[in-house]
Amino acid sequence: MPVPHHMQFFVDPNRCIGCQACVQACTECDSHRGHSMIQLDYIDRALSPQTVPVVCMHCDTPTCAEVCPADAIKRTADGVVQTARKPRCIACNNCVLACPFGVPKMNTDMSLMMKCDMCYDRTSVGKKPMCASVCPSQALFYGTPEEIEKLRPRSRPVDTFRFGHQTITTKVKMMVPRESVLQDFDVLGALVPARDAAFDPMLAMLDVPDCAPGGTDA
Amino acid sequence: MAQIPTQPVDIIERFGPHRSVATHLRLDTGVVPDRAVKTHCCFCGQQCGIQLLVKEEQVVAVEPWMEFPFNQGKLCPKGVKRYLQGAHPDRLLHAYERDPSSPDGFRALGYESAIARVASEIGRIQRQHGNDAFAVLSGASLTTEKTYLMGKFARMCLHTANIDYNGRLCMVSAAAGNKKAFGIDRAANPWSDILKADVVWISGANVAECAPITTDYVWQAREHGAKVIVVDPRLTPIARTCDLFLPVKPGRDIALFNGILHLMIENSWIDREFIAHHTVGFEAVAAHVAPWTTRRTAEVTGIAERAIRQAAEWWGTAKTSFLMHARGIEHSSHGVQNVLGAINIVLASGRIGREGCGYATITGQGNGQGGREHGQKCDQLPGARDIANPEHRAHVAKVWGIAPEELPGPGVDCYEIFRRVERGEVKGLLSISFNPIVSLPDNDFIRRMLEKLEFFVVIDFFLTETARHADVVLPGSLHEEDEGTVTTTEGRVIRIRKAIESPRDARADWRIVQDIAKALGRERGFTFASPREIFDELRAASKGGIADYSGITYEKIEKTFGVFWPCPDQDHPGTPRLFEAGSWNPIAKGTGPFYFPDGKARFVVAPYTPPTEDVDAEYPLMLTTGRVVSHFLSGTQTRRIGPLIDHCPAPKIELHPQLATRLELADGDWATAETRRGTCTLQVQVVRTIRPDTIFIPYHWGGAKSANQLTISAQDPISKIPEYKACAARLRKAQGPPAYVAVLEPQQ
Repeated sequence: MPVPHHMQFFVDPNRCIGCQACVQACTECDSHRGHSMIQLDYIDRALSPQTVPVVCMHCDTPTCAEVCPADAIKRTADGVVQTARKPRCIACNNCVLACPFGVPKMNTDMSLMMKCDMCYDRTSVGKKPMCASVCPSQALFYGTPEEIEKLRPRSRPVDTFRFGHQTITTKVKMMVPRESVLQDFDVLGALVPARDAAFDPMLAMLDVPDCAPGGTDA
Repeated sequence: MAQIPTQPVDIIERFGPHRSVATHLRLDTGVVPDRAVKTHCCFCGQQCGIQLLVKEEQVVAVEPWMEFPFNQGKLCPKGVKRYLQGAHPDRLLHAYERDPSSPDGFRALGYESAIARVASEIGRIQRQHGNDAFAVLSGASLTTEKTYLMGKFARMCLHTANIDYNGRLCMVSAAAGNKKAFGIDRAANPWSDILKADVVWISGANVAECAPITTDYVWQAREHGAKVIVVDPRLTPIARTCDLFLPVKPGRDIALFNGILHLMIENSWIDREFIAHHTVGFEAVAAHVAPWTTRRTAEVTGIAERAIRQAAEWWGTAKTSFLMHARGIEHSSHGVQNVLGAINIVLASGRIGREGCGYATITGQGNGQGGREHGQKCDQLPGARDIANPEHRAHVAKVWGIAPEELPGPGVDCYEIFRRVERGEVKGLLSISFNPIVSLPDNDFIRRMLEKLEFFVVIDFFLTETARHADVVLPGSLHEEDEGTVTTTEGRVIRIRKAIESPRDARADWRIVQDIAKALGRERGFTFASPREIFDELRAASKGGIADYSGITYEKIEKTFGVFWPCPDQDHPGTPRLFEAGSWNPIAKGTGPFYFPDGKARFVVAPYTPPTEDVDAEYPLMLTTGRVVSHFLSGTQTRRIGPLIDHCPAPKIELHPQLATRLELADGDWATAETRRGTCTLQVQVVRTIRPDTIFIPYHWGGAKSANQLTISAQDPISKIPEYKACAARLRKAQGPPAYVAVLEPQQ
């Protein structure tokens, strides 16, 4: 049974609380028990507790498959990009290097590229993916466009991304603030630390910003 | 003498904490489980629904339980990995007794011999020193049936007044404040009311890490326009996307509530009609907050004035709202006053007892709610009855088939029990589901008191840091090895279902307790054949009390995904929302919705006082403690689950770059935190998400990594909760990693 077209995957980094329930749940998935296909990282922990979960975006024309010399990476008719076929994968790492989202991981023990297959064993039988089932803040959401529209009136889904001259459309959608205007930016430019040297979320809200130790009640 | 029998490192070698990882059946992708058991997570007070998948009598995996209404499949990482506590290499499979000649300090002994020895020591101590010389410490992770049995066991079998529980470290300030203001101790609303609130106020609750599933409720409210206000000395994940963040100085929450009420009154943002008809005491509180100008509030709380004004305006002008708080305001030597301050701004708004108008404490422990209602609290009998009240005593004595005079009077709180050990009044102790040497403040004192005991027996499934001091250890049951009920943070009574049998000599805790009663020759009242039988007696014992469970049955719970108490008869649907207009309760008897004879809620003056130990030149920093998402309480379970350890292996000291610069500390450096009680050397984490006058250490670890070496044993005079959230400390750079790093794994 294919994954029903109206059931879609949405990532809403604004909601991520960094709890790693998705990462832990991913290791419980039947097709790759013990291995998580999700990356969850702090953006800049010194500044903020903001974290971002990275799952496979399931591109319409997957770069990982395009660069695979062994034709090991298949996209199903319902748009799910699969982990490399074990008999074909030559562990060359091309896909790992080429994916603009940084998703595929090389499992060197198994000489196999592994990646999120959107819990194909679950979604193809009408269940939600493990990560989106458990996500406490629903930063990872699996459902219909109508449901997400109703649940997230402040956001809208985006499925087109530009990396340099490459434009990618994906099956997985990223939620962005409804009123926001998307900007294309140079990837190299984004490598410069984005941290505003002066901004401090804590000091901004204090009565006395220079809060020396030893302060007792006034 | 309950001295640790050998070096900790040798005990750890045998009993852990070691990390478990998925192997064999748990990694096999082709396993078809024999059954899926619908039950709940063993950890926090949210009690998420979960399915445990069983193969060959072992829990091998989890599957989300999408239909359970509270969490609808959602789980935090602890819930996902909880099953790895089963079939664990550290699991206690036999009874043990202390044996300094053994390389690991203990020798296994037969279960019956262990029970006989426990009974004989209890008998000896009570004959020599009186009944109260033997004390009982119990836990709020146990099912309600077990907590009921522990209270009955202490009072009716051991005839000791000295029983208390580790909910003393958790919800007692909220409980006492709620009783004073509302006459009842339970969340006023189901969580579904959060979704309908215009303003969600969160004080002292690291929701995203300590009650992760609640995050979705808060943010779903926000999607539909709610403003979220978060009050915390740290910018936690829930604060990151809130609408207004108030970084309160630790221990100053009442000042903020009083300052907010001051602004509400000044701007007429109060519901005069509700106040007149449904409350008493407003005038005194209004007079009390008159001097709490915004300037003074800002000076005491450390929060910018404009932020205080904005919070008051949003709260004051909201049509619907939900105020939540947790340990951040409750873990204080004036925790009850903090709670009353919060309740005052709720009552003044008039927004309670209606859809979308709510108030609740977020219960911490798995059965924090049920575990505090049915008699393991030192001053309480089942049904949230008062042990000093003659009518209440008579009711429970009748259910138990004894004369009221046979019931002991009120005992003392769990910390005071250790002070009684110091004074030589308590000589023996039974502890179940409690790890005081990690979880109680100033824990060097606790260590010395354990060493002073003549006899110490522990019932648990792992050898906790506290159990290392035991003379006898009895192998208890895991959550998934027994039937029963717990009551969630919402006040919803739910079913815990047995997935597997206890291994080897381990057995259900209630059986162990009954076996001790039998060995003491006091079997009467302790011959239950199942948790269901205990529950049925509990229903009778709670009947007519405030926490009335008499109309709740296992079948009814299963049919409706839980029943909210009070539920006074079989046809009663339960009470998801308290204090609704026209509602009846056994105290007010129809005069009003609150649990007082006149049916009215109480405003109570909440005077501000600083923390017991404020900062000074010698100890210039505020130390506050708390939790991380991947660990639970004293870590007995989560510090044995490999993937959770990998997520957060060891505690770190969190501090602001402004402070780090002063102390010449960089992220990852080793530093020693020091208070008047002790020292603790850990790595530092430098973040802009904590007040620059405050340091934070999570408390889940034991030994040299324990934050509670530093904390103060000051307690709230009413609730007796310890002041974990504020004491004076100093911090200095360490020369390098401490000695323990080379010897112990991070979780040990």
